[in-house]
Amino acid sequence: MSALLNVKDMTHYFGGLRAVNNYNLNIEPKQITGLIGPNGAGKTTIFNLITGVYTPTKGNIHLQGENIKGLDTNKIAAKGLGRTFQNLALWRHMNVLDHIKMAHYSQLTYGLFGSFFNTPACRRQESEIRENAYRLLELFGVDQFADQLVGNLPYGAQRRVEMARAMATNPKILFLDEPTAGMTPDELVQMIKIIRQVHETFGVAIFLIEHRMKFVMELCEFIQTLVFGEIIAEGPPEEIQNNPEVIEAYLGKEDVT
Amino acid sequence: MDLLELFQYILQNLINALQRGSFYAVISIGYSMVYGVLMLFNFAHGDIFMVGTYIGFAIATLFLALFSSFLPGWIIFIGTVVITMFLASWIGVFVEVAGYRPLRAAPRASAAITGLMIGIIFETGILIMLGAKRLSFPPLMESVAYKVGGIYFTNVKVMIIIISLLLMLVLHTFIQKTKWGMAMRAMSYDFLAVPLMGVSINIIAPLTFAVGAGLASVAGILYGQAYPILDPYMGVLIGWKAFVAAILGGRGSIKGAAMAGYLLGFIEIFVAIIFPSTLRDLIAYSIVLLILTYRPRGFFGMEHSTKLRL
Repeated sequence: MSALLNVKDMTHYFGGLRAVNNYNLNIEPKQITGLIGPNGAGKTTIFNLITGVYTPTKGNIHLQGENIKGLDTNKIAAKGLGRTFQNLALWRHMNVLDHIKMAHYSQLTYGLFGSFFNTPACRRQESEIRENAYRLLELFGVDQFADQLVGNLPYGAQRRVEMARAMATNPKILFLDEPTAGMTPDELVQMIKIIRQVHETFGVAIFLIEHRMKFVMELCEFIQTLVFGEIIAEGPPEEIQNNPEVIEAYLGKEDVT
Repeated sequence: MDLLELFQYILQNLINALQRGSFYAVISIGYSMVYGVLMLFNFAHGDIFMVGTYIGFAIATLFLALFSSFLPGWIIFIGTVVITMFLASWIGVFVEVAGYRPLRAAPRASAAITGLMIGIIFETGILIMLGAKRLSFPPLMESVAYKVGGIYFTNVKVMIIIISLLLMLVLHTFIQKTKWGMAMRAMSYDFLAVPLMGVSINIIAPLTFAVGAGLASVAGILYGQAYPILDPYMGVLIGWKAFVAAILGGRGSIKGAAMAGYLLGFIEIFVAIIFPSTLRDLIAYSIVLLILTYRPRGFFGMEHSTKLRL
């Protein structure tokens, strides 16, 4: 069986700057993989390349055996890729339910007439989505905010809404860009629990960027370390944790004797 | 002048202001919608209004020649509006696809210049096709004057005001209730996440232009009923004034654009009552400038993390 997501020899230039060099990635179904590395290493660029924000200069990307390189983001998303952003890409003046409704956009079949005259077909679809939405929001612990504007929610809840929205598109693989950035230790522990729960409930593969070692070590089965656009080490958490090159990249050179 | 006469006089001008404001409001909504979705001002919008008026003129003339012997006037009117809206919306789609889409990643200044160029192409195109002769818009309904309580008004004026309000109501429903409207709203808050919902920006963006152009073309038909002279440069001044309304209402805010459109109508009409009419625009837009000095974001402008880049 082929991998769920396979990236082969991906290289990308921004003008003359080589941002990513010969990057390879293989994610099996249900696997949780972490991508770590210092600031500016190119982690988010890799996310943007795979999700179609940029088209890589060289290399190939396969999702479920299908080449997705050069496709528009909306097509890639429809093939089963969900994503959250480091700086939260939420619609601040829309309520939480509307966020989930947007995720069901392609399933909304009622047209102008249906929505203007609130036809039975339109009402039925709306209530179906609402039901699904509440189930999902409950899983992420944000169901009590369903009718509130997202901009008014506490920060941790906003992160969870964003993740719920990504999951509402029913992805096979979920990309999380620093899911714990700016979170308190309590929220961090809660986030680990939620990601575990999502992983078990939906059987979704997860690819995440993180800075907090505790979080990465606890969740990931496989970790890649990126420095200046190149992978300097990859392997299971224990291996990465003790890899002198990784420690050097993060903490500076150390005399290991 | 006693108090009653003064009151009548003000009411009389209020109706005129409402009519003028209706044009500004409906046209400025087109600026705001596009800004909301793509963060750019479509400087060709005034000329899209002009082209829409010409399309309306052609359809109205054709329909009147073909059907006026056996169909009642209001059916011809509705038919003209619907067909014109449909055709004009394709002008909007064309402007997005041919003009702005190749420039999505380019600096905003390139898009602004392109918009102005598209406008010039439209103006010159019409000039070449139809010549410099001024055309007159055929009346789609017989103008009847009424006098109620000392105030004069025509059925045309009332129709213009009512249809404009109706259009805005329909647009509001479209934005709030349909999935396309929902996607437009989402894009105006943050557009990174929209494609991840499986929504194609290459559908939503031209649709936004289409709606704006459709609205402008109806404004054009109504304008043709009030001021029945067409010329290729008719869109320039009214386009800029509607743009001012869009800024005054707050960038990207449809509600703001509509309200500012009416406000602009009121300011213009009432300034002309007090001051000589040659000074009208000078004084009216000085007032607008003053408002913007104290409220640069306009009435309902959202705080954007980025400054306006032109």
